[in-house]
Amino acid sequence: MTPSQRRWVFLVAGGGFLAFYLWGLVGLPGFGHYPGPYGDIINAIAVSQTHATAVVSAVNFEYRAFDTLGEEFILFTAATGVATVLRHLREERDTSAMDEAMSRDVPATSDAIRMVTLAFIGPTIVVGWYLTSHAQTSPSGGFQGGIVLATAFVLVYLAGQFIVFKRLSPVALTDAIEAIGAGSFAAVGIAALALGAAYLSNILPLGSTPGAVNSAGTIPLISFFVGIEVSAAFILIIGELLEQTLIVREGNR
Amino acid sequence: MMTALQVTILVLVAAGATAVVLIRDPVRQVVSLSIYGLLLAVLFMAFQAPDVTLSELTVGAVALPLLLLLTLAKVRKQEE
Repeated sequence: MTPSQRRWVFLVAGGGFLAFYLWGLVGLPGFGHYPGPYGDIINAIAVSQTHATAVVSAVNFEYRAFDTLGEEFILFTAATGVATVLRHLREERDTSAMDEAMSRDVPATSDAIRMVTLAFIGPTIVVGWYLTSHAQTSPSGGFQGGIVLATAFVLVYLAGQFIVFKRLSPVALTDAIEAIGAGSFAAVGIAALALGAAYLSNILPLGSTPGAVNSAGTIPLISFFVGIEVSAAFILIIGELLEQTLIVREGNR
Repeated sequence: MMTALQVTILVLVAAGATAVVLIRDPVRQVVSLSIYGLLLAVLFMAFQAPDVTLSELTVGAVALPLLLLLTLAKVRKQEE
Protein backbone atom coordinates (compact mmCIF):
# COMPACT_ATOMS: atom_id res chain seq x y z
CA MET A 1 0.00 0.00 0.00
CA THR A 2 1.48 3.35 -1.01
CA PRO A 3 1.57 6.29 1.43
CA SER A 4 -1.12 8.18 -0.50
CA GLN A 5 -3.47 5.17 -0.47
CA ARG A 6 -2.84 4.82 3.22
CA ARG A 7 -3.65 8.49 3.75
CA TRP A 8 -6.98 8.05 1.94
CA VAL A 9 -7.90 5.05 4.08
CA PHE A 10 -7.10 7.10 7.17
CA LEU A 11 -9.07 10.13 5.98
CA VAL A 12 -12.17 8.04 5.20
CA ALA A 13 -11.98 6.15 8.51
CA GLY A 14 -11.17 9.30 10.50
CA GLY A 15 -14.00 11.26 8.83
CA GLY A 16 -16.48 8.47 9.51
CA PHE A 17 -15.40 8.26 13.14
CA LEU A 18 -15.66 12.03 13.58
CA ALA A 19 -19.18 12.09 12.08
CA PHE A 20 -20.44 9.31 14.35
CA TYR A 21 -18.66 10.83 17.36
CA LEU A 22 -20.28 14.24 16.85
CA TRP A 23 -23.63 12.56 16.25
CA GLY A 24 -23.23 10.72 19.56
CA LEU A 25 -22.22 13.90 21.41
CA VAL A 26 -25.40 15.67 20.27
CA GLY A 27 -27.52 13.00 21.95
CA LEU A 28 -25.81 13.26 25.34
CA PRO A 29 -27.69 14.75 28.31
CA GLY A 30 -26.56 18.24 29.35
CA PHE A 31 -23.71 18.78 31.82
CA GLY A 32 -24.84 17.88 35.32
CA HIS A 33 -28.23 16.45 34.23
CA TYR A 34 -28.53 12.81 35.25
CA PRO A 35 -31.25 11.15 33.19
CA GLY A 36 -31.55 7.65 34.69
CA PRO A 37 -33.75 6.65 37.63
CA TYR A 38 -31.31 4.28 39.40
CA GLY A 39 -28.92 6.86 40.88
CA ASP A 40 -31.77 8.87 42.37
CA ILE A 41 -33.43 5.74 43.81
CA ILE A 42 -30.13 4.53 45.35
CA ASN A 43 -29.45 7.98 46.82
CA ALA A 44 -32.91 8.03 48.39
CA ILE A 45 -32.89 4.57 49.97
CA ALA A 46 -29.25 3.45 50.40
CA VAL A 47 -28.48 5.05 53.79
CA SER A 48 -31.65 3.82 55.49
CA GLN A 49 -31.43 0.39 53.86
CA THR A 50 -27.74 -0.38 54.50
CA HIS A 51 -26.74 2.12 57.25
CA ALA A 52 -23.66 2.95 55.15
CA THR A 53 -23.14 6.68 54.68
CA ALA A 54 -20.74 6.05 51.81
CA VAL A 55 -23.29 5.20 49.15
CA VAL A 56 -20.61 4.25 46.59
CA SER A 57 -19.39 1.55 49.00
CA ALA A 58 -22.97 0.45 49.59
CA VAL A 59 -23.35 0.00 45.83
CA ASN A 60 -19.96 -1.74 45.44
CA PHE A 61 -20.19 -4.12 48.38
CA GLU A 62 -23.93 -4.67 48.60
CA TYR A 63 -26.17 -3.76 45.65
CA ARG A 64 -23.67 -5.00 43.07
CA ALA A 65 -21.46 -7.11 45.35
CA PHE A 66 -21.62 -9.95 42.83
CA ASP A 67 -19.98 -7.71 40.19
CA THR A 68 -17.31 -6.75 42.72
CA LEU A 69 -16.70 -10.43 43.38
CA GLY A 70 -16.05 -10.87 39.65
CA GLU A 71 -13.62 -7.93 39.62
CA GLU A 72 -11.94 -9.41 42.67
CA PHE A 73 -11.26 -12.62 40.81
CA ILE A 74 -9.92 -10.72 37.80
CA LEU A 75 -7.12 -9.42 40.04
CA PHE A 76 -6.75 -12.83 41.69
CA THR A 77 -6.35 -14.49 38.29
CA ALA A 78 -3.91 -11.81 37.12
CA ALA A 79 -1.67 -12.28 40.17
CA THR A 80 -1.83 -16.05 39.77
CA GLY A 81 -0.93 -15.67 36.11
CA VAL A 82 2.09 -13.45 36.86
CA ALA A 83 3.31 -15.87 39.52
CA THR A 84 2.89 -18.82 37.16
CA VAL A 85 4.54 -17.23 34.12
CA LEU A 86 7.53 -15.90 36.05
CA ARG A 87 8.12 -19.09 38.03
CA HIS A 88 9.95 -20.89 35.22
CA LEU A 89 12.53 -18.16 34.83
CA ARG A 90 13.32 -18.30 38.53
CA GLU A 91 14.38 -21.93 38.20
CA GLU A 92 16.51 -21.17 35.14
CA ARG A 93 18.67 -18.69 36.97
CA ASP A 94 19.87 -20.79 39.90
CA THR A 95 23.16 -21.90 38.34
CA SER A 96 24.25 -18.69 36.65
CA ALA A 97 23.57 -16.39 39.60
CA MET A 98 25.87 -18.18 42.02
CA ASP A 99 29.22 -18.16 40.23
CA GLU A 100 29.12 -14.51 39.19
CA ALA A 101 27.68 -13.06 42.38
CA MET A 102 31.10 -11.76 43.46
CA SER A 103 31.36 -9.31 40.57
CA ARG A 104 28.02 -7.69 41.37
CA ASP A 105 28.02 -3.93 41.57
CA VAL A 106 24.93 -2.83 43.47
CA PRO A 107 24.76 0.92 44.16
CA ALA A 108 24.04 1.70 47.81
CA THR A 109 20.73 3.35 48.73
CA SER A 110 21.28 7.00 49.61
CA ASP A 111 20.60 8.06 53.19
CA ALA A 112 18.10 10.68 52.02
CA ILE A 113 15.92 8.09 50.28
CA ARG A 114 16.24 5.76 53.24
CA MET A 115 15.14 8.42 55.74
CA VAL A 116 12.18 9.67 53.72
CA THR A 117 10.86 6.20 52.91
CA LEU A 118 11.29 4.99 56.50
CA ALA A 119 9.36 8.03 57.72
CA PHE A 120 6.54 7.27 55.28
CA ILE A 121 6.10 3.56 56.03
CA GLY A 122 4.12 4.07 59.27
CA PRO A 123 1.72 6.75 57.94
CA THR A 124 1.20 4.69 54.75
CA ILE A 125 0.08 1.67 56.78
CA VAL A 126 -2.25 3.84 58.88
CA VAL A 127 -3.83 5.44 55.78
CA GLY A 128 -4.17 2.06 54.05
CA TRP A 129 -5.76 0.50 57.09
CA TYR A 130 -8.08 3.52 57.54
CA LEU A 131 -9.23 3.28 53.92
CA THR A 132 -9.79 -0.48 54.20
CA SER A 133 -11.76 -0.31 57.43
CA HIS A 134 -13.91 2.78 56.71
CA ALA A 135 -15.61 1.77 53.47
CA GLN A 136 -19.02 2.11 55.14
CA THR A 137 -18.53 5.64 56.51
CA SER A 138 -16.55 7.68 54.00
CA PRO A 139 -15.25 7.47 50.43
CA SER A 140 -12.76 4.62 50.62
CA GLY A 141 -12.76 0.86 50.46
CA GLY A 142 -10.74 -2.30 50.38
CA PHE A 143 -9.48 -1.81 46.85
CA GLN A 144 -7.83 1.59 47.42
CA GLY A 145 -6.76 0.68 50.95
CA GLY A 146 -5.24 -2.59 49.78
CA ILE A 147 -3.02 -0.88 47.23
CA VAL A 148 -1.92 1.74 49.79
CA LEU A 149 -1.03 -1.08 52.21
CA ALA A 150 0.97 -2.81 49.49
CA THR A 151 2.79 0.48 48.80
CA ALA A 152 4.13 0.31 52.39
CA PHE A 153 5.95 -2.88 51.42
CA VAL A 154 7.39 -1.22 48.32
CA LEU A 155 8.67 1.54 50.63
CA VAL A 156 10.39 -1.17 52.68
CA TYR A 157 12.14 -2.25 49.50
CA LEU A 158 13.13 1.34 48.72
CA ALA A 159 14.36 2.03 52.25
CA GLY A 160 16.30 -1.14 52.70
CA GLN A 161 16.93 -4.08 50.49
CA PHE A 162 15.12 -6.65 48.45
CA ILE A 163 15.98 -9.30 51.02
CA VAL A 164 14.00 -7.41 53.71
CA PHE A 165 11.04 -7.01 51.36
CA LYS A 166 11.14 -10.75 50.68
CA ARG A 167 11.46 -11.63 54.36
CA LEU A 168 8.41 -9.50 55.19
CA SER A 169 6.34 -10.94 52.34
CA PRO A 170 7.32 -14.54 51.56
CA VAL A 171 5.52 -15.84 48.47
CA ALA A 172 3.85 -18.67 50.41
CA LEU A 173 2.37 -16.16 52.87
CA THR A 174 1.17 -13.60 50.29
CA ASP A 175 -0.25 -16.45 48.20
CA ALA A 176 -2.18 -17.76 51.20
CA ILE A 177 -3.45 -14.31 52.27
CA GLU A 178 -4.56 -13.55 48.72
CA ALA A 179 -6.46 -16.82 48.50
CA ILE A 180 -8.00 -16.33 51.96
CA GLY A 181 -9.16 -12.80 51.04
CA ALA A 182 -10.73 -13.84 47.75
CA GLY A 183 -12.23 -17.02 49.21
CA SER A 184 -13.68 -15.27 52.26
CA PHE A 185 -15.49 -12.75 50.02
CA ALA A 186 -17.16 -15.67 48.24
CA ALA A 187 -17.79 -17.35 51.61
CA VAL A 188 -19.68 -14.28 52.92
CA GLY A 189 -22.08 -14.81 50.02
CA ILE A 190 -22.39 -18.52 50.72
CA ALA A 191 -23.15 -17.79 54.39
CA ALA A 192 -26.13 -15.73 53.20
CA LEU A 193 -27.27 -18.69 51.08
CA ALA A 194 -27.01 -20.98 54.13
CA LEU A 195 -29.30 -18.63 56.05
CA GLY A 196 -31.85 -18.76 53.25
CA ALA A 197 -31.16 -15.28 51.83
CA ALA A 198 -29.95 -14.38 48.34
CA TYR A 199 -26.23 -14.69 47.50
CA LEU A 200 -24.20 -11.86 49.10
CA SER A 201 -27.23 -10.26 50.73
CA ASN A 202 -26.50 -8.34 53.92
CA ILE A 203 -27.06 -10.90 56.68
CA LEU A 204 -25.26 -9.18 59.58
CA PRO A 205 -26.92 -6.66 61.95
CA LEU A 206 -26.75 -3.17 60.43
CA GLY A 207 -26.07 -1.32 63.70
CA SER A 208 -28.24 1.48 65.05
CA THR A 209 -26.26 4.52 63.83
CA PRO A 210 -25.69 5.00 60.10
CA GLY A 211 -22.12 6.20 59.61
CA ALA A 212 -20.65 4.43 62.65
CA VAL A 213 -17.62 2.24 61.95
CA ASN A 214 -19.43 -0.81 63.37
CA SER A 215 -22.48 -0.40 61.14
CA ALA A 216 -23.64 -1.56 57.70
CA GLY A 217 -23.42 -5.33 58.29
CA THR A 218 -21.38 -7.20 55.69
CA ILE A 219 -20.10 -4.06 53.90
CA PRO A 220 -17.05 -3.48 56.18
CA LEU A 221 -16.44 -7.25 56.30
CA ILE A 222 -16.33 -7.56 52.51
CA SER A 223 -14.20 -4.41 52.30
CA PHE A 224 -11.73 -5.98 54.75
CA PHE A 225 -11.45 -9.17 52.69
CA VAL A 226 -11.07 -7.16 49.48
CA GLY A 227 -8.37 -5.10 51.20
CA ILE A 228 -6.18 -8.03 52.22
CA GLU A 229 -6.74 -9.75 48.85
CA VAL A 230 -5.75 -6.66 46.85
CA SER A 231 -2.71 -5.87 49.00
CA ALA A 232 -1.47 -9.48 48.89
CA ALA A 233 -2.03 -9.71 45.12
CA PHE A 234 -0.20 -6.44 44.49
CA ILE A 235 2.71 -7.35 46.80
CA LEU A 236 2.94 -10.70 45.00
CA ILE A 237 3.04 -9.07 41.55
CA ILE A 238 5.58 -6.42 42.63
CA GLY A 239 7.72 -9.05 44.36
CA GLU A 240 7.77 -11.29 41.30
CA LEU A 241 8.66 -8.37 39.01
CA LEU A 242 11.37 -7.10 41.40
CA GLU A 243 12.84 -10.56 41.54
CA GLN A 244 12.82 -10.72 37.74
CA THR A 245 14.67 -7.41 37.50
CA LEU A 246 17.24 -8.50 40.06
CA ILE A 247 17.74 -11.95 38.55
CA VAL A 248 18.71 -10.55 35.17
CA ARG A 249 20.96 -8.07 36.94
CA GLU A 250 22.74 -10.96 38.60
CA GLY A 251 22.64 -13.47 35.78
CA ASN A 252 23.91 -11.43 32.84
CA ARG A 253 27.10 -10.04 34.33
CA MET B 1 -22.81 24.79 35.17
CA MET B 2 -19.11 24.05 35.07
CA THR B 3 -16.97 25.90 37.59
CA ALA B 4 -13.67 27.62 36.76
CA LEU B 5 -11.82 24.86 38.64
CA GLN B 6 -13.47 22.18 36.52
CA VAL B 7 -12.62 23.97 33.27
CA THR B 8 -9.02 24.50 34.40
CA ILE B 9 -8.48 20.88 35.36
CA LEU B 10 -10.07 19.64 32.11
CA VAL B 11 -7.60 21.76 30.14
CA LEU B 12 -4.70 20.50 32.30
CA VAL B 13 -5.75 16.87 31.77
CA ALA B 14 -5.93 17.39 28.02
CA ALA B 15 -2.44 18.97 28.09
CA GLY B 16 -1.12 16.15 30.28
CA ALA B 17 -2.49 13.43 28.02
CA THR B 18 -0.94 15.13 24.99
CA ALA B 19 2.39 15.39 26.83
CA VAL B 20 2.34 11.66 27.67
CA VAL B 21 1.83 10.84 23.99
CA LEU B 22 4.46 13.30 22.72
CA ILE B 23 7.24 12.31 25.15
CA ARG B 24 9.15 9.51 23.44
CA ASP B 25 11.69 8.40 26.05
CA PRO B 26 10.02 5.50 27.96
CA VAL B 27 11.27 6.45 31.44
CA ARG B 28 10.23 10.10 31.07
CA GLN B 29 6.94 8.87 29.63
CA VAL B 30 6.25 6.77 32.74
CA VAL B 31 6.96 9.75 35.02
CA SER B 32 4.67 11.96 32.93
CA LEU B 33 2.04 9.19 33.03
CA SER B 34 2.21 9.27 36.82
CA ILE B 35 1.72 13.06 36.84
CA TYR B 36 -1.15 12.61 34.38
CA GLY B 37 -2.70 10.10 36.81
CA LEU B 38 -2.42 12.72 39.54
CA LEU B 39 -4.13 15.31 37.30
CA LEU B 40 -6.93 12.83 36.54
CA ALA B 41 -7.37 12.26 40.28
CA VAL B 42 -7.77 16.02 40.82
CA LEU B 43 -10.26 16.07 37.92
CA PHE B 44 -12.40 13.37 39.56
CA MET B 45 -12.21 15.32 42.82
CA ALA B 46 -13.35 18.51 41.07
CA PHE B 47 -16.29 16.57 39.63
CA GLN B 48 -17.30 15.32 43.11
CA ALA B 49 -16.23 11.68 42.77
CA PRO B 50 -13.92 11.08 45.77
CA ASP B 51 -14.11 7.29 45.46
CA VAL B 52 -12.85 7.35 41.90
CA THR B 53 -10.22 9.90 43.00
CA LEU B 54 -8.78 7.39 45.46
CA SER B 55 -8.79 4.58 42.89
CA GLU B 56 -7.12 6.79 40.29
CA LEU B 57 -4.50 7.97 42.82
CA THR B 58 -3.57 4.44 43.83
CA VAL B 59 -3.71 2.78 40.43
CA GLY B 60 -2.99 5.57 37.94
CA ALA B 61 -0.41 7.59 39.87
CA VAL B 62 1.32 4.80 41.83
CA ALA B 63 0.65 1.18 40.84
CA LEU B 64 0.73 1.43 37.04
CA PRO B 65 3.91 3.60 36.81
CA LEU B 66 5.61 1.29 39.32
CA LEU B 67 4.84 -1.82 37.26
CA LEU B 68 5.95 -0.04 34.07
CA LEU B 69 9.23 1.10 35.66
CA LEU B 70 9.99 -2.44 36.82
CA THR B 71 9.25 -3.77 33.34
CA LEU B 72 11.51 -1.11 31.78
CA ALA B 73 14.31 -2.02 34.21
CA LYS B 74 14.00 -5.66 33.18
CA VAL B 75 13.92 -4.93 29.46
CA ARG B 76 16.98 -2.65 29.70
CA LYS B 77 18.98 -5.26 31.58
CA GLN B 78 18.23 -7.77 28.84
CA GLU B 79 19.37 -5.37 26.14
CA GLU B 80 22.74 -4.73 27.76
